[in-house]
This record gives sequence, structure tokens and C-alpha cells, in this order.
Amino acid sequence: MTNFFEKSDLSRNEAETIISDTLNKCDDGELYLENSKSESIILDDNKIKNSSYNSDLGYGFRAISGEIVAYSHSNEISKNSLKQSSESLKSTLKSANGIYNSSIPKSNKRYYENINPIEQKTLNEKIQILNEVNKYLRTKESNVKQVTANFSGEQKSIEIIRSGGETLTDVRPLIRFNVSVMLEKNGRKETGVYGVGGRQSYESYLKEDNWKNVCDEALRIASVNLESKPAPAGEMKVVLGPGWPAILIHEAVGHGLEGDFNRKKTSAFHNLMGQKVANEGVTIVDDGTIDNRRGSLTIDDEGTPTEKTVLIENGILKNFMQDRLNARLMKTRSTGSGRRENFRHIVLPRMRNTMMLSGKQTQDEMIKSVDKGIFAVSFGGGQVDITSGKFVFNCTEAYEIINGKIGSPIKGATLIGDGPSILKEVSMVGNDMMLDPGIGTCGKAGQGVPVGVAQPSILIDKMTVGGTKL
Amino acid sequence: MVKDQEFLENKASYCIDLAKKLGATDISVNVGSSISETVNFRNKKLDESNRSDNLGIEITTYIGKKKSSISSSNILKDNLNTLLEKCIETTKSTPEDEYNTLPDKHLLAKEVKDLDLFDDTHIENDKKIEYLSILEISASKDNKIINTESSFVEDKSNFILANSDGFCQGFKTSSFVASSVAVAKDAKSMERDYEYTLKCHLKDIQNAEELGKIAAEQTIRKLSPKKISSEKIAIIFDKRIAKGILSTFASAIASSVISRGTSFLKDKINEKIFSDTISVLDRPDILKGLGSKSFDSEGVKMNTLKLVDQGVLMHYLVDTYNGKKLNLESNGRCGGTSNLYFENGKITYKDLLNSHKKCLYITETIGHGSNIVTGDYSVGATGFLIEDGEFKYPINEITIAGNFKDMFKNITLANDLEFKYATNSPTMMIEGMVVAGK
Repeated sequence: MTNFFEKSDLSRNEAETIISDTLNKCDDGELYLENSKSESIILDDNKIKNSSYNSDLGYGFRAISGEIVAYSHSNEISKNSLKQSSESLKSTLKSANGIYNSSIPKSNKRYYENINPIEQKTLNEKIQILNEVNKYLRTKESNVKQVTANFSGEQKSIEIIRSGGETLTDVRPLIRFNVSVMLEKNGRKETGVYGVGGRQSYESYLKEDNWKNVCDEALRIASVNLESKPAPAGEMKVVLGPGWPAILIHEAVGHGLEGDFNRKKTSAFHNLMGQKVANEGVTIVDDGTIDNRRGSLTIDDEGTPTEKTVLIENGILKNFMQDRLNARLMKTRSTGSGRRENFRHIVLPRMRNTMMLSGKQTQDEMIKSVDKGIFAVSFGGGQVDITSGKFVFNCTEAYEIINGKIGSPIKGATLIGDGPSILKEVSMVGNDMMLDPGIGTCGKAGQGVPVGVAQPSILIDKMTVGGTKL
Repeated sequence: MVKDQEFLENKASYCIDLAKKLGATDISVNVGSSISETVNFRNKKLDESNRSDNLGIEITTYIGKKKSSISSSNILKDNLNTLLEKCIETTKSTPEDEYNTLPDKHLLAKEVKDLDLFDDTHIENDKKIEYLSILEISASKDNKIINTESSFVEDKSNFILANSDGFCQGFKTSSFVASSVAVAKDAKSMERDYEYTLKCHLKDIQNAEELGKIAAEQTIRKLSPKKISSEKIAIIFDKRIAKGILSTFASAIASSVISRGTSFLKDKINEKIFSDTISVLDRPDILKGLGSKSFDSEGVKMNTLKLVDQGVLMHYLVDTYNGKKLNLESNGRCGGTSNLYFENGKITYKDLLNSHKKCLYITETIGHGSNIVTGDYSVGATGFLIEDGEFKYPINEITIAGNFKDMFKNITLANDLEFKYATNSPTMMIEGMVVAGK
């Protein structure tokens, strides 16, 4: 655990005094301290292209009065700096006249180990594996023209000091291993990308059969794309594979269920609480408590223990995801969803691991039921317009379905749909729920945070496929 | 106050000296400081204030052809010592790469031109609040507007880039940004749109009332959108979207993707990739330009480049490492372009709208649908149907798709270029793309 006051002219006691003094008449707020260490090693074009190390230290001081948030952050943990921040907060909240809410729930559960993944393997070991990855791929397939592989690891220590001196801490490991391979055949180039990650040590991914699986998957996707035909354009049925395609749920539904957009009534879901928003078979949860998952958190960035929040149960809208601010203003409780990218950013209600739970049908039944449509297995990024509810995501592996059979692979196309209505178009939910491999980063208001998704295979009756073939 | 030049220079030279002592043969250091103050409004009331004080250092050390880098926001001596030791240790363990080197000395910038990029005016939060009040009153005049959010950001930055070949330069920049986001609602739909103004100098930012009014108008006109049928149709890209197509072009001619062979524009130098009427410039020395700078992120002097001349690709964007690999001299584009723009076309905006009986006018795209390996493009889009030069009705939940290789050759530009962003395009029409809708 980092001692944030060790090399500072500011003592913990002095900091507590400034915090309590600043937050005196505020409704909520805290000092958030963060120390993170991260590394990245990249192999590209047959060489170790980059090895880098980052250490980041700083604080964010937040005061809330009513709906108003005042925030100030700095890299310098010093008496001067914190006093300056305090002045800045006070000047914004001149007329604050609230009662500080000192209650915060407690839990002893932890969802990952207190480790620093960076220190667990030497640089040489990591470099050696990346070189083996490169050699393995180039030997396995002669038309491999480019290989990029990288490791990144991070340890983030946080401390939250609330008015009155209450202190909450967490140490969060996070790693990622990614492989991208480009194939060239008859002048045509296509790429396949695959990665894995989570809040654990590198160890579990560095075993030979594990990294080879990642390579094989990237290679398989690239090979499929080499044979792909132009995608169709227009409305049709879409079968989504299990696992990572759940970013559809994340984009189409998840963002719209975040507390801030609903408090501000800018989400298409804001007046639908308790109502039927999806077909009967659809249950969606946001769960921060799955061991070692990328989106899991022991406590959120306000100190609230995370939980498994039921968002939609059998088609009925049950809960929004809340941080403390939006929970207070909407007269509910925080769901442990308050997150920030780092100390430079304010807390927002965010997703953790967003999952659609299994139903009863099989993927085979879904495919057989489709006369003309597409089968989407993997995606790149997605995006949503919260207000209009329209969302998109980009296929990186997809096939056409003709008369109940999977046909040729099709080129990367964008799928577009309408968030609130898409769930009513989900007509079959598979029995094969799968977690994604641990690669998601969600962006909101310029802040990226690691997230997870999961879903079974699903059949969507109507979506627009953005291909080029009319 | 942002840290002054002397403070930053001292930090940089401390690192260079220490790294040399520890065994580095070459070193480059970038140390920067910035302070920004933001005020956010929502529904005509103060919503958030944010003061952001940032320090950061990036150090790259070389031992011969071995290289490694570290970065940190903690620039206390103790921490720098630890980090430099770690960096040198890592450098030693990193394999050699024959192309690793500092930039050629003769290419380094000799001076920093005064491009008028810094305005030291400080605007107190109370003044920001005043501006935002006017803006939001203006934005919420129409009762179809149900939510407004706006923000005012003042930012001051300073940095020093130094290397062990004696380069040591930096400059201050400032920016003032005001933005307005509105949400409008009617019986059938809820829509959002925005407008913003970003300038180096406070006095150049747009009038608050005007800004709010534009944001509201742009939002209201999107209400009750329709979905159209899938078809091949001419598409007009609003300037704020057209500039994104130019950015994609820039990322496809970066020497990093050319040397890796992962761009659809590899080996296209001296070939016609756009139609005859198209020229693209990257001009680093525009006064008050949002992308203006004297040198790139390695210290290499930047000159104006005509990247595309009458349709023909003339240059890649070359940095030192990839330049060595491609046997090209760096043209000062490590870190990308400066003020990048399409030269004006020959016809007016009005004539462009009238050029087809029916076309689509796109004001927003969503999704990450640009693939620079294959040139494939497919994104979600929002806009308007245009008939006989008139805006008929709003459209959404469609996608537009094509391949850049074809799209580039079918671009027609209007003559309405303005320098509102760092990358700018006149209004753009592309024929032959496919819309997927109903």
C-alpha cells in the first residue's frame, strides 16, 4: 500500500483537517489519492518496438453541494497544492449549506489479489515470449505479413479520505496480452486481432498453450476475413455469438441505464422504470464482483463496495447504475458504480461487467430459423447516442445466413440499431452464456475505464446492416 | 501559474545529465506543465467546476541502438532518480533496433517562431459563469429544448523538449473553449446536438448568445427523423464530419503504417489517389492556428507540405524511426499533422446542394468504422434528406459505407473552407456510396 504522505510536507493529520474544513457544509466529497505503475512492451514488425514504464501520482479533491460538483486535482501532494485546491472548491461552493453524508457501506470481500503483476516476471521473460509469439505465427502460416503483440500491466493503489478521517483503500492489478496479425493473399490484406486480460498476474496467460490459443484465434479471424465478400446492406435478422458481442448490450442498453443520464432525463430510458423494456427471456445484470475480471472492483472510486446490480429482470427495468451523487439526487442508493479513469477525472456512474444471462434456446435453433440474415461472431468498437438511443458496432468476424445455413464470411460492416427497441427485437436467448476474454475499455466523457461483458447467443429479429451490397 | 521555461529546462537538463552518468548514449526528454480551469452549466445553473494542475515528464534513453522510455507525473528528484535507473536497466535488456536514433541534427528546429499561440489573459470563474448564463438562456429559448449543458474551459500549457544533441526548445500555448450541448424533444423523438468554439485567444471566441442559438437550432431541426431505404446516393458531409475523412487520410499516410505495410495507401507516392481538383496542405505556421507549431515531437523543424497536389500523393508523414526504415528523411511529422486542410473547391455550398436532384447531408457519424488496412468504411450516420437543394427532413438510424480508395476519387469540394479546427475541410460531396436503411 502506498503511503501518500511519506515524502510530502503535508502530514495525514493536516490533510484530514483541510478535508474536513473544506467539506464542512457540503453534502458529500472526498480526497482521492492515486499511485499507479504501468508497463507496456510491444513487439512489432519482427522487433521489440517499445518498452515503456509509467508512474503516475496525484490527488483529486471533490466537494459536492446539491447538484454542484467542485473538483480540483494536482500531481503535487503538498500543503500548498491541497490548500489551493481547497480554495478553488470553496469559491465554487460559496453558498453550500448542507449536512455531510458520512455513511458508506463496508465489506471485507476482495475480488482480486494484492499483487504487482509488473514485478512478477522479468522484462527478459516477457520479451522472450513476444519473440516466440512472432516466430510461432510466422512459421505457422506463410502469408503472415505483419505481427504485433504486446503485454501491458498495471498496479493502481488508491486511497479515499472522507471528511472526519474515514479512509478506504484498494490495490488493483490489471494485465492485458494482445496479438494482431495481418495476412496477405493475392494482393488482399486482412487483419485479425485477439486479446486476453484481467485483474491477475501474467502467469495464467503465459503458459504455452494459453498464448498459442490467442495467436491461433487472431490468425483464424484474419484467415476468415481474407475470404470475406462485401456485406449486405439493409434491415435483416442478426444472430449474435456468445461472449464479446455483448458490447451490443453495453452500448445499446448499458449506457442508457447509467444514473446521470436518467437523473438529467437525457436517456431514452429515464421514464421507463418498472416497465417492460425487453422480451420476457431477457435478464441483464451489471456485476462488479466476479473474481479477477477486467471490470471487477472491490470498492468503486468513491469507496462503495461493488455488487451485482440487476438492471433488467425478465424484461422489466429494475435498476439504474448509480454513484453517490446521482443516487442521492434520485433518492436511491449507490450501486458501487462510481468510477473514474484516474485522479484527473470526476466520478461518473459507469458499467463494470455487464451481462445478459442465459436463456433456453440453442445457437443452432437460431441459425436454422433465419432465411436471410447475418451471424456476427466478433466485434471491434461500438458507440451510442444516449439521447436518440441509436447505437452502432463494427463486425470484425461475421457470416451471411441463407436459408438456415451459415454461408460465406462477410466484410466488416457496421450494425446500427435503436437501444430501447432492440431488446424487444431479441426473440431468442441462448443457453450458452460466455464471458468476454477481458479486453474491453469503455469511453464516456473522455474517460476510459476497463469493463467486461458477457452474453449467450441471441437472435435479433431486425437490425440494419451497413454493408455495400444492395 | 504554469511552470516557467527555466523550471522545465532545469528538470530536463537534470535528467539528461543523470541519464548520461548512468550510461545512456543518447537521451530525449519532454517535460510539460498545464493548468486548466473549467466551469460547467446545466439547465441554466452552475453544475461543476474543475481545476486541473498537470505536470508530466517523458524520458527516452538510448544505449547505442537499444531504447526504452518512461513517463511520470511525479517529477520530484527522488522519483526521477528511481525512474531513470529503471529506464537505463530496461534499455540494457531491450534488444537492439538498427533504426533507433535521435533525429538528424541538421533537421532540428533552430528557433521557435512566434505564432501568437499564447494569450495570458486569465478569465475568472465568475466571468465564465456570466458567459455560460447568456449562452444557456439563448440555447433554451425554444420550449422544445428540454436540457442544456455547456462548458467553458481555459487552458494554459508550457513544455520543453530537450535532447542530448543540444536541442532545448519549447513554447507556451493557451486555449479557450466554450461548448453548448442541447437536447430537444417532441412527441416522436428526443435528439441532441452541439456547437463549440475553440481559440488560442480569448477575444476570438464566439459570442455566447450566438453559440447557444446555433446549438439549439441544430438540435431542433433533428426532431422527428425518418429512416430511408437502402440505396446508392450522393452524400454531402458537413464540414465537421468532412474533416474526419481528412484525418483518416492522414492516419493512412503516417510513416508508421506505411513501413509496417498496414495502409491502403502504401506505395502510392506520385500516384493519383484523389480527383484532379483536390489538393491537401499541412501548414504549421498559421498565426493562432490550432495545430500550429515550429517543430514536431522529436524537435524536427516543420515546413509546409503539399501532401496532395491535384490529386497526386506527394508525401508521407515521416518521423525519424520510420523514415530510416523507409529510407526517407523526416519531414517533421512525428506526432502527426499541424494545420491540415483541403484547398477550397470551385463551387459554392449552394451549388453543391443543388448538384443532384436528391442527396443526403450528413451532420454526425458514430462508430469506429474506418479500416486503414483495407480502406473499408462503414459508420452509423445522422443527417438530412436534400431535394432540389432544400433540406427536406431529418434522417437517422442509417449507415453509410464505401471504400476510401473509391471515395477519395469521387470527392467534390465546396469553396467554404474556414479554419475552425486543426484539421479542416470545405463541405464535401462523395458520390457512389451506399446507404443502408430500411
